[in-house]
Amino acid sequence: MDSAIHATQAVVTLDVALPGIIWGWMITLNMWAKSVGTGVILVGAFLLYRHKKDEMPNLRWLMPLISFIFLNIFLLSTLTDLHQPYRMINIFLHPHWTSAITVGAWMASLFTALVTVLMVIGFFDAHPDVRRNCALAKTARANSGLYEKIFPFVVFLAIPVTLYTAIIMAESSARELWQAPAEVMQMMWAALLAGSAALILISGSWSKEARRDLALVLAIATFFSFLMYMGEYFFSFKSSEAEATLAYVHAGGEYNVEFWFGMVLGFIVPFFLAVSNMKSDNKTLLRFAAILALIGLYMAKDVWLKIPQMLPLS
Amino acid sequence: MKLGFLVDLNLCMGCKGCEVACKVENEVPLSSWRLRVKYIDIGTFPDTKRSFTPLRCNHCESAPCERICPVSALHYLENGIVNVDSARCIGCAGCMMACPYGAIYMDPETNTADKCTYCAHRIESGMMPACVVICPVQANIFGDVEDDTSNISQYIMAHQGSVQVRKPEKHTEPKHYYVGGGRQTLDPLAQQRIEGYSLFNNITHLEHVGDPNHGVLDRFLAPFTSHEIHDNSSMMDWAEKGGEDTHEEGGH
Repeated sequence: MDSAIHATQAVVTLDVALPGIIWGWMITLNMWAKSVGTGVILVGAFLLYRHKKDEMPNLRWLMPLISFIFLNIFLLSTLTDLHQPYRMINIFLHPHWTSAITVGAWMASLFTALVTVLMVIGFFDAHPDVRRNCALAKTARANSGLYEKIFPFVVFLAIPVTLYTAIIMAESSARELWQAPAEVMQMMWAALLAGSAALILISGSWSKEARRDLALVLAIATFFSFLMYMGEYFFSFKSSEAEATLAYVHAGGEYNVEFWFGMVLGFIVPFFLAVSNMKSDNKTLLRFAAILALIGLYMAKDVWLKIPQMLPLS
Repeated sequence: MKLGFLVDLNLCMGCKGCEVACKVENEVPLSSWRLRVKYIDIGTFPDTKRSFTPLRCNHCESAPCERICPVSALHYLENGIVNVDSARCIGCAGCMMACPYGAIYMDPETNTADKCTYCAHRIESGMMPACVVICPVQANIFGDVEDDTSNISQYIMAHQGSVQVRKPEKHTEPKHYYVGGGRQTLDPLAQQRIEGYSLFNNITHLEHVGDPNHGVLDRFLAPFTSHEIHDNSSMMDWAEKGGEDTHEEGGH
């Protein structure tokens, strides 16, 4: 116990118990899964723009499938984190449009619906022998052209869907660390990182050029993600609250360990592996880089989500 | 009409009458508080003094909790009160993330957000908030800040220069004022929370948000099962368990 409390400082000698971490791992999972779900669409669109479809034979159906799976993880974690999960319907029945939670929920729902359409059409087109007599399969195959019509809109929608969490952070005025404008860019880099990492895992049969582009996107995303975190870590705007929040990382302890594991595993190691892979096509190393990037991204997001919640607000 | 609160910290003697009256009036469950009085010791022995700071919702004119609430469960009343509709609340805790004053809690009985409403139900009936009525030294002053003749407006005029709000840099325009406060009493970052210095209580952080006896799956099953009514004893069992181990999270 420190016996020499500075005379100019005050000590709380009686207070109620404060809430600890309110938004925990489920919200980390929410943000991480959304980054994958939107990122595969953004990076997939980039690949489709740069390469012929024949070079990436399974992209057309696997891209929306991965997006669909991770968007559902995102939606499920959102729902389970609610203390009144069945009242989620109120967001649609009684929407409050100044809330980024509301706007995001509407956009994410529309996005998921469109990705589902892409997934169904893409899957039945890629597997012509599956469920030949099924009405859904017949409809999907008959409307194959719809995929290309919807896809540009889905790519456009992926951008606000991935960014809206930054607006929720900005509206969370009690947590000053989240108020940084860099939060928007962090969300975008996270989507590109997660999207390229997820697509790398299914790129075994693709052309070398396509894989090299994925490695390039992963390298750029890890590089800039790392720079942004370092910028906030060392040169934050230094309001007293932001500084007090960062002290939970600066001062050592579990969050310091998790943060640096996230930086090294998620950004530094994958960056060098991805850069080296641009010259020599090593699928195993690139997959290893992708897995590390996904793990590290989760850890970095987890720390950034939790530490601002540990400050006493009153 | 814009209702506001003013607390004269020179008068407050930390009796916690307001805290108890609020609990009783609003049936606030154990482990939750709409209004609390914080004790802060300043200085080094023997030159020390103790100050008491009642803390409640600031009913901001530009309330971040109202803005972030996705379903308008937090909404303004015509008299400026930021009210809660717990029947609409989805329990996302966005308001708890947005409130810079930590004034909102997750009610462990209803699993919805709740907070001080300036006793809106009493105001509607022409009564004063319970904490105002109970205060033995009239440290709580309540009224219409837009009415120049109201008690609170007169008090603000009489104490110009020493009237403060918490965290003015947040631009929330609080309608809750303090007289006689200082940085050490109003800024939580100017206070230390040191294990072992707390009177009566070793728990610095709650281990749960909302109902401690209902996990994620229970929230989904709740409508289909008989919801166990939590009385004080169930909460106290938890409190005793929580009190045994000192939580390391939080504090500087």
